[in-house]
Amino acid sequence: MKRVNAVVIGAGAAGGIVAKELAVAGLSVVLLERGKWYTANDCRKDDLRNQRTTLLGNAFGPEDEGNPRVWLDAKGQPHISLASEGGYQNNAACVGGGTLSYGAQAWRYMPQDFRMKSTYGAPAGSSLEDWPISYDDLEPFYEKAEYEIGISGDYSGTPFHGPRRRPLPMPPVPPGQEFEILEPAAKRLGLHPFHIPMARNSVPYNGRGPCMRCRWCCGFACEVDAKNGSQNTVIPVALGTGNCELRTECMVKEILVDDHGRARGVAYFTNDGHLQEQLSDLVVVSGCAVESARLLLNSKSRLFPNGLGNRYDQVGRNLQGHHYTGAIGYFDFDTYDDVGPGASIAISDYNHGTPGLVGGGMLANEFIRLPIHTLDRLPANTPRWGLGHKQAMRAWHRRSIVVIGPTQQIPQASARVTLDPTVTDKWGLPVARFSGNVHPHTFEIGEVQARRAEAWLKEAGAIHTSIMAGKPDSVSAGQHQAGTCRMGNDPQASVVNRNCQIHDVENVFVIDSSVHVNNGGFNPALTIMAIAYFASDALVHNWKGTGFRS
Amino acid sequence: MQDGPAVAQSLVICNTDRDSSNRQPWMCRPSRGSARTRTPRTLPKTRRTTREMAMFSNRKPGSLTRRQFVVAGALGSAVLVIGCKAGKRGNWECLTDEEARTLAAVCDQIVPEDEFPSASQAGVLNYIDRQLMRHYRRHRGAYRRGLQGVEAASRKRFGSELASLSQPQQFEIISELERQNPAFFELVRHHTLEGYYGSPRHGGNRDALSWRMLGLAEPPIRGRAQYDLRKVSPS
Repeated sequence: MKRVNAVVIGAGAAGGIVAKELAVAGLSVVLLERGKWYTANDCRKDDLRNQRTTLLGNAFGPEDEGNPRVWLDAKGQPHISLASEGGYQNNAACVGGGTLSYGAQAWRYMPQDFRMKSTYGAPAGSSLEDWPISYDDLEPFYEKAEYEIGISGDYSGTPFHGPRRRPLPMPPVPPGQEFEILEPAAKRLGLHPFHIPMARNSVPYNGRGPCMRCRWCCGFACEVDAKNGSQNTVIPVALGTGNCELRTECMVKEILVDDHGRARGVAYFTNDGHLQEQLSDLVVVSGCAVESARLLLNSKSRLFPNGLGNRYDQVGRNLQGHHYTGAIGYFDFDTYDDVGPGASIAISDYNHGTPGLVGGGMLANEFIRLPIHTLDRLPANTPRWGLGHKQAMRAWHRRSIVVIGPTQQIPQASARVTLDPTVTDKWGLPVARFSGNVHPHTFEIGEVQARRAEAWLKEAGAIHTSIMAGKPDSVSAGQHQAGTCRMGNDPQASVVNRNCQIHDVENVFVIDSSVHVNNGGFNPALTIMAIAYFASDALVHNWKGTGFRS
Repeated sequence: MQDGPAVAQSLVICNTDRDSSNRQPWMCRPSRGSARTRTPRTLPKTRRTTREMAMFSNRKPGSLTRRQFVVAGALGSAVLVIGCKAGKRGNWECLTDEEARTLAAVCDQIVPEDEFPSASQAGVLNYIDRQLMRHYRRHRGAYRRGLQGVEAASRKRFGSELASLSQPQQFEIISELERQNPAFFELVRHHTLEGYYGSPRHGGNRDALSWRMLGLAEPPIRGRAQYDLRKVSPS
């Protein structure tokens, strides 16, 4: 098989962008993806089998069969989890990755999010740290992501965001009924509500039409392809250059290392199960936080007996996601208008600056709800079955609003991905094993955020409210997983440098949410994309023929 | 909504999810009682060899779980599907007619009839029966044992099968079930609600009746961004 300049592993938010940037710069690229390439035709509108409600399995991978993971409970007991179960901490496995079926909120982190330790100091037991890059370093690349991927929204209602040079390329989708109810209430509370930035066309953009406001949004592939992910933006551009080859249903086994400690390519299983080698000048790992860490740990060699980049036992640590808390409000009038995407209004007043709290998070209304989501979101003391439950469904499905938000987690080195000693997947590779839990201060912040959401709903006229703030006693990762290959200047306390290059292996990069030092109080997709542009820019800048300028 | 502890699934063989995904709502079978031809049972056409089995195993050789031993043993004696169709063949893919009658009564207590149809009238049994051959294969044993338990309780208390009891008597039995066997009750409760409120493509929620009940447009209306509905309708 022909040697290429770069192998990019994972065609998700970051991998698609890296492949495109490298291919446009003239490098030959092979983009390997474990899953399949779905299209808008695969929307299917299946309430019970999509990427968000996975009762009957994951719509966009991985399949339940042959892809187990293991998680440890508070007592240290291992449990095997299927890919569609909660303990799996799943993110989609397909071309586009999570961006095929995400809700598409496309937030910039705030300047303080990159300076958490300097701003607040690290709470006891945490591994809170500053990023080696700042918001200002990333700003041009946020902008590039917003324009190349296509983001709609309007930040003008709030002062709580970092400086930006240009507005978003598209206006927000017109407000739905929940926006109309929540906006005046937020203003009465002295807050600054605004339109959520979304990777969703509100007007024709990039050759595709706008959102048609249907009920099947978050968790589904968009029926009219108005939702923007890497699969319908950068990956087609990458393939169009003629420099990039996309191979789907290919599972990478390990990164191959030569005697000088440099990567020489990857070994992967093709879709028919053959082990294949692809030699390359550099390797980019973009498999998302869990699978990227697992691949590095599985890439053991004489020079790297504990896995690639893992000389100081840092790979897999600081696993984090978002601790979602909020409240549900019940109203005596119809709040539901059956107009998607539902989530439309947010406040970022509470992301930073609350005395006694290390950070916070944004609060927004929830994506449009399907009946299956209302089942366990009925008022307290509703009967759980029988006529009472049926009547409550009729009474409240159209009369409730959920305000919820991603609380920024306080990272801990003990929350981590390791390799399970016994369980392997269908390719015979050791699977990811989760251990650790969520830092207690995260729960404290989450509790405060939930009360704030409740206050907003009450101001909007809710007649009953209930708080949604669980305290799971295991790791939190899921679709917002991050942190396992931390970016940093100190090779002993991080895995990659500010350009996402593994400290002691010059030609291997980890470019995805794994490098996040902390995960912001926002959905991470746009930051993953901005970092992908940032790291690709540095990579291309330093690239000379088949190696790097020294 | 997770269903109990996770089990290694990779050894269970018939993966017919793909078949179900191609089925359209109008292709789903009528519920019990109506005359129809039997749909072929969707068993795998080819059986995996032991080598392939090993390839799909979650564990290294020599560390089989007890469950895997059971499956492996079953394979050895060429019995592929555990526990389905223990009784005589009837109108269902997995359930026997007796089990279906009992399950219908249980489901109809969870979503009873009022001015809108009950669970079994909405095709929830279709949903559960089909999923017991597909994604919920692992719950077959729980259903078999659980339904036997319900029947035994019903006969012991009222001397008759559950389906022939009055509504208050059935309610009493199901309330008792919720207390005595919460694991099975929760399983049935979840599956019933999924079948009633979930997507019609899986055989439940016939004609999207629960969505209509909740006032959702069916078929759904798209493209509302272009119109200000308040200007054209009184609401």
